[in-house]
Amino acid sequence: MKTREIIKTLQLEVLTGQETLDTEVTGGYTSDLLSDVIANSKEGNLWITLQIHQNIVAVAKLKDLAGIIIINNRKPDKDTLEKAAAENIAVMISKEMAFEVSGKLYELIGSQD
Amino acid sequence: MLRPFKADLHVHTCLSPCTELDMSPKKILYSAKKKEIDILGICDHNSSENSLAIINAAQKTDINVIPGMEVTSQEEVHVLALFDDIKSTLKLQEHVYKNLPGKNDEEAFGMQVIVNEKEEVLGFNDKLLIGATTIPLEEIIQLIHALDGICIASHIDRESFSIISQLGFIPENLDLDALEISPHVTFEEANKRYPYNYPITSSSDAHYPDDIGKSFTSFLLQDGTIAEIKKALKNKDGRKLIH
Repeated sequence: MKTREIIKTLQLEVLTGQETLDTEVTGGYTSDLLSDVIANSKEGNLWITLQIHQNIVAVAKLKDLAGIIIINNRKPDKDTLEKAAAENIAVMISKEMAFEVSGKLYELIGSQD
Repeated sequence: MLRPFKADLHVHTCLSPCTELDMSPKKILYSAKKKEIDILGICDHNSSENSLAIINAAQKTDINVIPGMEVTSQEEVHVLALFDDIKSTLKLQEHVYKNLPGKNDEEAFGMQVIVNEKEEVLGFNDKLLIGATTIPLEEIIQLIHALDGICIASHIDRESFSIISQLGFIPENLDLDALEISPHVTFEEANKRYPYNYPITSSSDAHYPDDIGKSFTSFLLQDGTIAEIKKALKNKDGRKLIH
């Protein structure tokens, strides 16, 4: 399933990376420890987190993630958005909590490896 | 004249919920003296309310007590803030308190005991000191520097609450004064493992009196102040880290 379709179902607000939304999503990874995301997320995963620091962009790029879903309606720092725009990384916001977002994403695509 | 100073810049007191009452001014100073510590940084979680008690208790000793705090950023990164002037520490504390949600639950997290230099209990802090502030890391660093303090990233080798565990790596252009390693890592290992362009300090992060001085940093300084340590971390005027 493409990021674009997931955005629709999960009602996400897209802040950056509009051009990347046709990426095929391989699964989800929910974590707020960036060291853990570096170690365990997989290429094409959508990353669900509450972290809004600019390092999330670098991690998403490093791991070739499909995008970042920021939960709880948290607003990313300005630096984060500038970096995400420059690196063309999809940053999206959900009004819901990690549990709901993860559950809905799992329902949509399961954990495809 | 420049001489070596042995510094343990990261010691908790009975104010931190994760410590016991025996982290009291006298016991802290007794242990610091036994370990021949010259400079002692008092860094409780998100508070500095016991710094003055330790400073006062140390007046008849040779130990330079530095008022400070271990601040938890929005990203749940721990950083040390250390100052020469207690007023700066208290200004930072005021800002931290305004941005620190929650109330402490003594059963869950432990007591947060405020004491004076005679070890009399003055009260209990009711804030959730173990929690995180809502202040972004970069803003905390700026704030510490605006108050003339130094900012050191705590225990970067630890798997929780360290800048590397939380943020994956140290962001570029961060204005940190140093990176702290815990007693689990030697300076030699740290230099290999963390190829960042920051000086490395080591401190005990003591939660028990016996742990004070378990690891430390040696500086070549004129006196035991933050102003001097600041120079040493920048290798200025002959002041330096001698590890």
